[in-house]
Amino acid sequence: MALDRRELTAVFVGGALGTVARSVLATFADPDAGRWPWPTFAVNVLGAFLVGYFTTRLLERLPLSSYRRPLLGTGLCGGLTTFSTMQVETLKMLEHRHYGLAAGYTAASITAGLIAVYLATALVRRVRVRS
Amino acid sequence: MTLAVWAGVMTLGGAGAVLRFVVDRAVARRVPRPFPYGTLTVNLTGAVLLGLISGLTLSQHVSLLAGTAFVGSYTTFSTWMFETQRLAEERQVWPAVANIAVSVVLGVAAAMAGQWIAGRL
Repeated sequence: MALDRRELTAVFVGGALGTVARSVLATFADPDAGRWPWPTFAVNVLGAFLVGYFTTRLLERLPLSSYRRPLLGTGLCGGLTTFSTMQVETLKMLEHRHYGLAAGYTAASITAGLIAVYLATALVRRVRVRS
Repeated sequence: MTLAVWAGVMTLGGAGAVLRFVVDRAVARRVPRPFPYGTLTVNLTGAVLLGLISGLTLSQHVSLLAGTAFVGSYTTFSTWMFETQRLAEERQVWPAVANIAVSVVLGVAAAMAGQWIAGRL
């Protein structure tokens, strides 16, 4: 498998920045399994919007670049958002019998995430390609 | 929180993202189907790892570095949502629904499996 060093560096830098932003917010997380996990919810929805924006722009609006998508999409948005934390939070809600909260958190994250990607994509496509 | 811890958060966050990129590519190359198996693989393996970490008694700093920074960055919500939205846009409704359902059901199961492993250690 051929790996481009510039591409890997871009993923690393983007991932480091996204992770710092998420980790700063995570320090405000409430350890109580009965509360809505705002920090994770916020970074996930924001990251979904940003990846929709960046990726649509990079694939459909800007000239091909070998490191922008790894930097902004895979790195920054991937590092900013997290699936594993969301699943462990949901599991803890289920273990504490907060079934409604667990179902609501999962449904709201996915619904808001998909709407965020859709809106960001529509926003980019609304702007005509400059000739 | 010291500067060294934040330097660690950055380094491990970068490393988690690079590992995700490499695993995603390796899987996508072996299973060249329109279904995003690469993202599913990193997200499920990451959920096992974070379940395991959350089941262990670790100091606040170690759990921030290993769990929040490394495994948190290794898994991704944004790409999962992006790939699902694009599948739906291409009228691949069933693969899009399956990508959500399988990730949610197996994601919680994977986190449970990780916690179960932690209990045996």
